Amino acid sequence: MQARVGKFEETAIIIRQEEIADDIYSMWLRTDEIASHAKAGQFVSVYCNEGSRLLPRPISICEIDKKDGAIRLVYRVAGKGTEEFSHMRTGMQLRVVGPLGNGFPLKHKKAFLIGGGIGIPPMLELAKALDCEKHIVLGFRDELFLLEDFQGKGQIYIATEDGSAGTEGNVLDAIRENGLSADIIYACGPTPMLRALKEYAAKNQIECWISMEERMACGIGACLACVCKSKEKDAHTNVKNKRICKEGPVFRAEEVEF
Amino acid sequence: MNMKVDLCGVTLNNPVMTASGTFGAGEEYSEFVDLNRLGAVVTKGVANVPWEGNPTPRVAEVYGGMLNAIGLQNPGIDIFIERDIPFLKKYDTKIVVNVCGHTTEEYVEVVERLADQPVDLLEINISCPNVREGGIAFGQKPEMVEQITKEIKKHAAQPVIMKLSPNVTDIGEMARAAEAGGADGLSLINTITGMKIDIDRRCFVLANRTGGMSGPAVHPVAVRMVYQAAQAVKIPIVGMGGIMNAEDAIEMILAGATAISVGTANFTNPKATMEIVDGIRDYMQRYQVKDMRELIGAVHDR
Repeated sequence: MQARVGKFEETAIIIRQEEIADDIYSMWLRTDEIASHAKAGQFVSVYCNEGSRLLPRPISICEIDKKDGAIRLVYRVAGKGTEEFSHMRTGMQLRVVGPLGNGFPLKHKKAFLIGGGIGIPPMLELAKALDCEKHIVLGFRDELFLLEDFQGKGQIYIATEDGSAGTEGNVLDAIRENGLSADIIYACGPTPMLRALKEYAAKNQIECWISMEERMACGIGACLACVCKSKEKDAHTNVKNKRICKEGPVFRAEEVEF
Repeated sequence: MNMKVDLCGVTLNNPVMTASGTFGAGEEYSEFVDLNRLGAVVTKGVANVPWEGNPTPRVAEVYGGMLNAIGLQNPGIDIFIERDIPFLKKYDTKIVVNVCGHTTEEYVEVVERLADQPVDLLEINISCPNVREGGIAFGQKPEMVEQITKEIKKHAAQPVIMKLSPNVTDIGEMARAAEAGGADGLSLINTITGMKIDIDRRCFVLANRTGGMSGPAVHPVAVRMVYQAAQAVKIPIVGMGGIMNAEDAIEMILAGATAISVGTANFTNPKATMEIVDGIRDYMQRYQVKDMRELIGAVHDR
């Protein structure tokens, strides 16, 4: 029997939730279909229960537990919607649509997995999915999170803006300080970090995949809210715009302009 | 029980349509919605050539609503005819193509290209608040509305629905102007121009500064305007603006809408359109309404 593919709307039940750093929450959700179809680098749309908040919140998938039919979301409280989620407890329900977007391609060659801030969570499932030599480079402002979860999944390097742990500076500073190299880059994080990595990858001729972020509405490719500029004309939009929620969120660094 | 309605000579299986720009050309939502169950699919606006749209951020949430300033990004009429119309033809639903342009000539070019296409109705967007030329520029002066309607009617093979802006002083005057120009129907409301400011960064949230507001917060405004337009003209009206559920849809029909379009609700609930069809049926059963037509414009004083 062929497996069903596509997107699913489910009422997910919160298995557990905890605050793992200041304003950063980890939530495990029971979702049968989404968990069984999701892969690293994809995201879900989480809908608010409060009716005045109309738009779903796109949140990247941090971990997938196919055996138990569960996904883990690690998110930062950035507004009223994520604040609503942060107050929810075990057993409560959330409407979720997913899995959305394309996810990371799995190429088993010596890899940099680079996460910055709230771009770190999706690198965890990727670290589990990739069976190869991995340098995991994580950039934090100050407070560290998810470190224990990455243990044993590759060589871990840390950069902090305030120098309180690892290299003082950003992820590229950590790469340079430790004299690291790799044949492929997977990255998710703030735009300045992605921009620097795109430049670094081009200079060193390394294949580079980045996960992009933008304000979304529908989350499924219909409304054209979350586009990014592309180098070439996109086959679907017929202009130099790609839909982050549909063709992305993961792109080859050189195919997008930001 | 009859849920069918006649919209400008086209029979819809039920009055539920999609609002242009929220539903693409149906393909993405077909993973959640059985398009056969909708009265019609109204496509994202299409122009004579591809449009890139506005810079991002293009959307923002506001209390009970949202702002958008997509800027009518679209792939152009060639791709649309080649890809989107054949996709929609696979379904037992009516096809309404929303048409946009910067100039009368651009609108006319699209309308002419669609003349030999299996399209049921045209919806002409003269009310987009997010593009500088065209769009709303045609929709805020009655003489302009009448003139562009006349031009389009000269070239259109399908019935023409003019989509009106709520950003006007007298909606009745605009409705009458479109009717005088020969419009077969009207649709309203397009979004209400709004603005959101990020107080932490003290900047506009949208790259376009302003955006069109939609969602349940605008629904009472839309009901009022549909009522006023229905009082002003004899041609049928497609009512839209913040319809989230069947109750909102029925309100709009009672105000005078022959059909309704569901927009922002698709973002909140991808299955909203189908649930609204079911909800209208439930309402008709509950009140023993035998024919949809009994409800159109049936509002009265208490």
